[in-house]
Amino acid sequence: MSDRYIARSTEIAARILGGEMMIMSAVDSTFFTLNEVATAVWQAADGRTPLSEIVVRAVCDQFEVDPEVARADVDAFVDELSRHGILLVSDRPFDNASSGPGEAA
Amino acid sequence: MSSSHEIAVEIGGMPILVRTADPSFRELLASRYAGFIGASAEPSFELDVDLVPPSPEMASDEDVRVEMQGGQWHLRRGDFRAQWDPRLRRGRVRQTANPYSIDSVLRIVHTLVLAREGGFLLHAASAIRQGRAFLFSGVSGAGKTTISRLAPPDAILLSDEISYVRRAGEGYSACGTPFAGELARVGENCSAPIGTLYFLAQGPENRIEPVNPAEAARCLLRNVLFFAEDAELVKLIFRSACEFVDRVPVQRLTFVPDQRVWDLIQ
Repeated sequence: MSDRYIARSTEIAARILGGEMMIMSAVDSTFFTLNEVATAVWQAADGRTPLSEIVVRAVCDQFEVDPEVARADVDAFVDELSRHGILLVSDRPFDNASSGPGEAA
Repeated sequence: MSSSHEIAVEIGGMPILVRTADPSFRELLASRYAGFIGASAEPSFELDVDLVPPSPEMASDEDVRVEMQGGQWHLRRGDFRAQWDPRLRRGRVRQTANPYSIDSVLRIVHTLVLAREGGFLLHAASAIRQGRAFLFSGVSGAGKTTISRLAPPDAILLSDEISYVRRAGEGYSACGTPFAGELARVGENCSAPIGTLYFLAQGPENRIEPVNPAEAARCLLRNVLFFAEDAELVKLIFRSACEFVDRVPVQRLTFVPDQRVWDLIQ
């Protein structure tokens, strides 16, 4: 199964406040507050690290989560944020987070 | 050549010179914004109002839209069309001779100007007590009018509906507005540093509870007046809300609708 790559959109505003990551879509003003695990995934969304590796390194290695459960939760989280344009998703690594996917590596 | 009639409407310390060819419309503005009429010698902003006769075109139910096109804000609602140039600090409105259209345009222009300065208009009642301003925010029905009506004589009402928030050094100040709600009482034209922002709820007892910063920002953003469909402005408002809750105490005020609630507000 091919992997996915995720990158933070530039069309958002984000800030940690009181220990919680808050993200607002500049496109549709949707507001999200991320929990600790979601924040770890968000911060690892560099556009170049495969999502499967993010699940292992940022979630399973840091929190006591079953890999299959973690993958399902992260997939749902990524799908939700990508629907609002907050996370960009591609089956190829991104050249950079703001310019969309680059050539296949 | 038609002569023009001017009046400076000064809200939040920002005088906007409104210019019209119709002297009776100027008088309408003078009455509507009594207490908020400033000196017109050095206005910060200018707004030309072109009055048009009533027509089906200017009486639709179209919702407000605010969009940036070619460096200008385009404001549009069923009852008015307007442009606002943020660089020139001037704009033009086309509307019929009524106070509601210009009132909305003024609110929108203030939100656009304030956003660049870290301030905002908020769905909130506000009042000054003992030199500090207190804001009471909530959606319609949360109790803004009720708490305004219950204010003791020593409280100076700034607004029962729309509060005006400006950055002031490291903190924020609240200014009076003529934007009245159900109480139909224009606020006092004065300002004070903001002591606390309360989110209102009505309940069986008077109670104040802390609100965590993320929840405070979320509630604040829900109640900020925000019209523009513009990504840059969304970012500015988000940043302003976060900085506000970083600097100003935010609490939840549950209250019984009688005067004793004001014993907690000081």
